[in-house]
Amino acid sequence: MKPLALLVPDALTATAVPVQAENSWVKAFESLEVFGVPVGIFAIPAIPLVFIALYALYVGVYGERKVSAFMQDRIGPNETGKWGLLQTIADILKLIQKEDIVPIAADKPLFVLGPLIIFVGAFAAYAVLPFSSEFIGADLNVGVFYAVSIVSVEAVGILMCGWGSNNKWSLFGAVRSVAQVVSYEIPASIAILVGVMMAGSLSMQKIVMSQSGELGILHYAVFQSPVAWIAMIIYFIAALAECNRAPFDIPEAESELVSGYFTEYGGMKFAMIFLAEYASMFMTSVILSVLFLGGWNSPLPNIGGVALNDWTSGPVWGAFWIILKGFFFVIVMMWVRWTFPRFRVDQLMYLCWKVLTPIALLIFVFAAVWELYVR
Amino acid sequence: METVSFILFSFLGALVMVGSIGTVWSRNPVTSALFLVLNFFALGGIYLLLEAQFIAVVQVIVYAGAIMVLFLFTIMLLNLDDEQALKEKFDLQKGFGILLGGVLLVEVLYILGLKINLPQKSTTLTPVEIGEAKNIGRELITNFLFPFEIVSILLLLAVVGAIVLAKKNFSPNT
Amino acid sequence: MALHDLLLALPITFATLWTILLIVVEATAKRAQLTFSLTSVGFLILITMMLFPSEQGYAFGEMLRLSPYSQFANFVFALSGLLVITLSQSYLAKENIHFGEYYIIVFIATLGMMLMASAAHMVVLFIGLEIMSIALYVLAGIMRKDLRANEAAMKYFLLGAFSSGFFLYGISLIYGATGEMTLFKIGIYLQENSATSLFWIGLSLMMVGFLFKISAVPFHQWTPDVYEGSPTPSTALMSTASKAAAFTALITVVLNVSSQTENNSNWIFALSTIAVLTMVVGNIAALSQDNLKRMLAFSSIAHAGYMLVGIVAGSDAGYSAVLYYALVYSLMNIGAFGVIALIEQQRELTSASDYAGLFKEKPLLAGVMALFMLSLTGIPPFGGFIGKYKLFAAAVESGLSWLAVVGVLASAVSAYYYLRVVVFMFMREPQAENQFEGVVLNPTLVLIALLVFLLGIFPTGMLRFAGEAMKFAFNM
Repeated sequence: MKPLALLVPDALTATAVPVQAENSWVKAFESLEVFGVPVGIFAIPAIPLVFIALYALYVGVYGERKVSAFMQDRIGPNETGKWGLLQTIADILKLIQKEDIVPIAADKPLFVLGPLIIFVGAFAAYAVLPFSSEFIGADLNVGVFYAVSIVSVEAVGILMCGWGSNNKWSLFGAVRSVAQVVSYEIPASIAILVGVMMAGSLSMQKIVMSQSGELGILHYAVFQSPVAWIAMIIYFIAALAECNRAPFDIPEAESELVSGYFTEYGGMKFAMIFLAEYASMFMTSVILSVLFLGGWNSPLPNIGGVALNDWTSGPVWGAFWIILKGFFFVIVMMWVRWTFPRFRVDQLMYLCWKVLTPIALLIFVFAAVWELYVR
Repeated sequence: METVSFILFSFLGALVMVGSIGTVWSRNPVTSALFLVLNFFALGGIYLLLEAQFIAVVQVIVYAGAIMVLFLFTIMLLNLDDEQALKEKFDLQKGFGILLGGVLLVEVLYILGLKINLPQKSTTLTPVEIGEAKNIGRELITNFLFPFEIVSILLLLAVVGAIVLAKKNFSPNT
Repeated sequence: MALHDLLLALPITFATLWTILLIVVEATAKRAQLTFSLTSVGFLILITMMLFPSEQGYAFGEMLRLSPYSQFANFVFALSGLLVITLSQSYLAKENIHFGEYYIIVFIATLGMMLMASAAHMVVLFIGLEIMSIALYVLAGIMRKDLRANEAAMKYFLLGAFSSGFFLYGISLIYGATGEMTLFKIGIYLQENSATSLFWIGLSLMMVGFLFKISAVPFHQWTPDVYEGSPTPSTALMSTASKAAAFTALITVVLNVSSQTENNSNWIFALSTIAVLTMVVGNIAALSQDNLKRMLAFSSIAHAGYMLVGIVAGSDAGYSAVLYYALVYSLMNIGAFGVIALIEQQRELTSASDYAGLFKEKPLLAGVMALFMLSLTGIPPFGGFIGKYKLFAAAVESGLSWLAVVGVLASAVSAYYYLRVVVFMFMREPQAENQFEGVVLNPTLVLIALLVFLLGIFPTGMLRFAGEAMKFAFNM
């Protein structure tokens, strides 16, 4: 009973106190018990999971197919359900029914564990994503850093998949993928540091709160420093590479490596790797929005009596804004995928080590000076 | 809460043990390295229990995420997977080594089992605050400024050394 | 704090900045000769700096401790570094590994040693140790095409990393037992409280690390292979300055925990056992070696044993004798390896019998080598004699006469293999005509020989320095 009572008034009245908002939805869930069983504790992680499932179905798979169709002047899925809306559900049903095949020469434990670790790695970061001022799984004081580090564990899973499959395409894919992920972690981390430095905290909620204010979008970190937008672009590029998305999709490179490190996977294991990729895309998009684009803060300003910012702030609005921002970058990632050709391995490394990293270091120093003496 | 952290500690401690024994025991280098990843990960968890969040995350990102991945990477590139490569024969020296190691282990366990009064350090910070990035950073650039800076020489040396040892076509110049 | 600290720690500040300069110059100019000259200049400046008395005290918030003690040690390191690089040049050119980076790495190794000698905090001590060790691993493996050098570097690296692990674990346990990382605070804590068993485990593990670096006996097995496989000039640095650095750091640690180790029969028993074993095993094993580099490797183990005698003695006299011996030993060993390097780069001559007839063809070179051999044996009037005399005298003073006796007997055994080289050089006929043609005497060798000789005849000046270094080392 209590949670609902808390939900509604907060959503309506929280406009007055956006900055000091507490994680009250999560607190409400925590105390939720059914017949003495603390179901609330399990409900907190379940919410992002359900959200991700829906998102991956509709924005991820369906959206990607529609976007690609649009860009290639096709129609895309249109048979199953209205506008093909049921297509992904049909696909999932098919995937679930598939036989779970483990190749005879595969290293069985690694082959089975690999997708699980990728999946867990991709989802563990959701614990620190602030979905609104009232909802964040855990507002760690090392939030962003945690997200970065847990994602790097995915690389282990990828290597396990590639090695366990005992297939040379898989191994090539895994080796490429890991080289790429580990390399691009460096410019990505430096770019993140720029954002963290501007907010003065590693905690996700504090970073978001440091960007809220009357003028909406003008308080966003990206407009607070002359170099923040460069950091944002670097992070976006590195995020593409870390999610193994085109134009950095050389790990799966269909035209040369069949399907990269998941060549041998089918059925639900394949679905898990696939889901993990979409989960990572959304996660990096949200981190980008949190660091540079104000997270759950409304972009609209208060203009005199027309308090657009106040009207569009609050826990529910916050969730709306951050999911909108996240989806926007997911769509941009798809757009990029269907626009640019794939990089070669050496070009990829060149871009990372000789272009992005030096630029990131330079703007890092510049941003530090700006923070100290100008802002 | 005490029991929860005790259960967590026991679980993570067991994982650390499994990880380190598996690292030494397994014949396949890939499995061995993966056990080491498990070990590092569980160790990160133990750091978390000690309220050292920053160190825990560093442990995961540096060891489990970067170093071990490069390790695995190298093992896979070298294709060290045949078990013969690591097989050793058991000889007298090894037996003696195991004996001595065992004695040392028992001794150390015995001593650590004794009740030892450890010195208490007084501090105004709570354990959680000590683990925060802010306080670690402050220590690093005040009290530990010199070691922090001199480590850069170590890193520089490592870079120069690695290039000298590993670069292709590194020809002497006069 | 900043400027005053930087000036107080001037040698280290200077060495750090000079390292960066060297790297920039090498990266842009890419001329090994230029880097060589600049490195020598750097070493010369360091040596000059050490000759003048300077301010004492703690720098960087009790991280470094600058004193006559560290000054003396830094002098030894910089001098060894300078001599090693001047001896390396022709060898490197011959072996086709004349990289400018070589000199930079030697310089950085010296910086690491200086940190070890000046450390007042265990973290700095460890970082110094690692800088030195990693530099030496690279120097051992710098002959990339040579299989033996690769093996040597690999062995050195693996075992060295292992021993660093022990060292670090020891540091952490000592921190746990005393709650301090600053050495003098550990000393104060130990004076006020009794040492727990945790502390003793920590100290033992740290000692394992030290004993590995000085190649004392249970931890010596890597030494012959590594010394033999590495390029000879690198071996010279490894066997001298790095040992001297480990000894200076060891003295720093032992002095600060002296309230527990003094008159502690367990400690004295353990350490003197290791010293005896080191002297005996080193000398006996050296007897049967035909390869000169291996022989010198075992002899360097034996010399570590002699120096351990000074540590066991546990008195200022003992420690200052170790300092003095570190200087003399560095000089004569670098000299001996220098001669081997010279001959090695012309002919693949490695065994003592190959040196037959050297005197007939190159009298001066043979004379210089003979001087080093005699000094290593400890025959008066050379520097080695005074050093050994001081070490054993300190042992006798501390009531450890039996240890001194063992030491003297061990050095008597060592006479066999050192003098064997001399006999071959002077009294045997050469195996072939013009065997040593093209061997050009490096003037540096003559300089080293002169120094060893002078340290034997006029030791008082240096002895006084070493004594003062100890006197002012830790009472401030």
